[in-house]
Amino acid sequence: MNITLEYSHVTKTFGSKYALHDVNLTIEPGHIIGLLGPNGSGKTTLLKLACGLLVPTSGTVSVCQGPIGPHSKARISYLPDKDYLSDWMNVSRVIDLFHDFYEDFDRNKAYEMLNRLDIYPKQKLRTLSKGTKEKVQLILVMSRNADLYLLDEPIGGVDPAARDYILQTILTNYNEQGSILISTHLIADVEQVLDQVIFLKNGVVTLQSSVDEIREQHQKSVDELFREVFQC
Amino acid sequence: MAWQFNSERPIYTQLLEKILFLIISGRYPAGSKLPSVRDLASEASVNPNTMQRAMAELERSGLIYSQRTAGRFVTDDGVLIQKMKESIAREKILVFFQEMEQLGYSPSQSVSLVHKIQDSKEVSL
Repeated sequence: MNITLEYSHVTKTFGSKYALHDVNLTIEPGHIIGLLGPNGSGKTTLLKLACGLLVPTSGTVSVCQGPIGPHSKARISYLPDKDYLSDWMNVSRVIDLFHDFYEDFDRNKAYEMLNRLDIYPKQKLRTLSKGTKEKVQLILVMSRNADLYLLDEPIGGVDPAARDYILQTILTNYNEQGSILISTHLIADVEQVLDQVIFLKNGVVTLQSSVDEIREQHQKSVDELFREVFQC
Repeated sequence: MAWQFNSERPIYTQLLEKILFLIISGRYPAGSKLPSVRDLASEASVNPNTMQRAMAELERSGLIYSQRTAGRFVTDDGVLIQKMKESIAREKILVFFQEMEQLGYSPSQSVSLVHKIQDSKEVSL
């Protein structure tokens, strides 16, 4: 069987603190998976390891059954939790940049989405609101035809109407061989789009299950279960 | 517009009921072709795998069937659809009776109340 992303006994420490502890995860093609956990549970670290932005302290991460490297980076489309684009560029220039960088980037798709969300391509990034900037970054990421999309908090700053459109975009744009891993706190908003969820607690995977299995077993939504499991 | 789901039950069973309703109500008539799983999933704003599961369950019930290359179709069996319709109507009425009983009405009292309200409505119309 094909495996899109695999973590095998992955541990990552920052100083004496365990960010991830002996994580074992397997992600197969064709799924949209929610990566859920409270602040500081290791979600971003988990995603960064797959991108090669961090190196595990021990254990191995593999993408499409190969090591992390230029080859894996070509197959991953990553949306970081920070905005990293140069402020002085305008939107169409960023699109050119992505087009130059990634072979699988679909420029028409990007312009179509910009148009749908009423974002003017000549606008400089500096002049965009926080939410609009997030939309632009998500458009860039979803306009690639990748095997694995890693989205770190993709809808946090986006208004509810645009959120619906973005979820639709995620649903219709990912290719069927691909998988999407979404880290988010807005569980109720994304729950029906997900088919699997992973719960992370203090760097440990405490649950990997399908959304409907959770509903069947607990008679409650993933959102409600999350609130229960991670009650403060 | 995304479909609405409650939080206590699996999403696929709710999808199944909704599609069943669309068939019974005639939006997808007997013998007609259903939209693809992907299109339906997009309309409902749900994961395609979840929609796939709902369709597989409906296939098992015989209400829809798939033809290898052409897609999925609603059964031609009008009697089966009628039967499903009646069984859903029956369930709804039983729920109604149950709720009325909690209010203190026996089934026969409920029925006469229904008639009474229907009559007064006709007068006012």
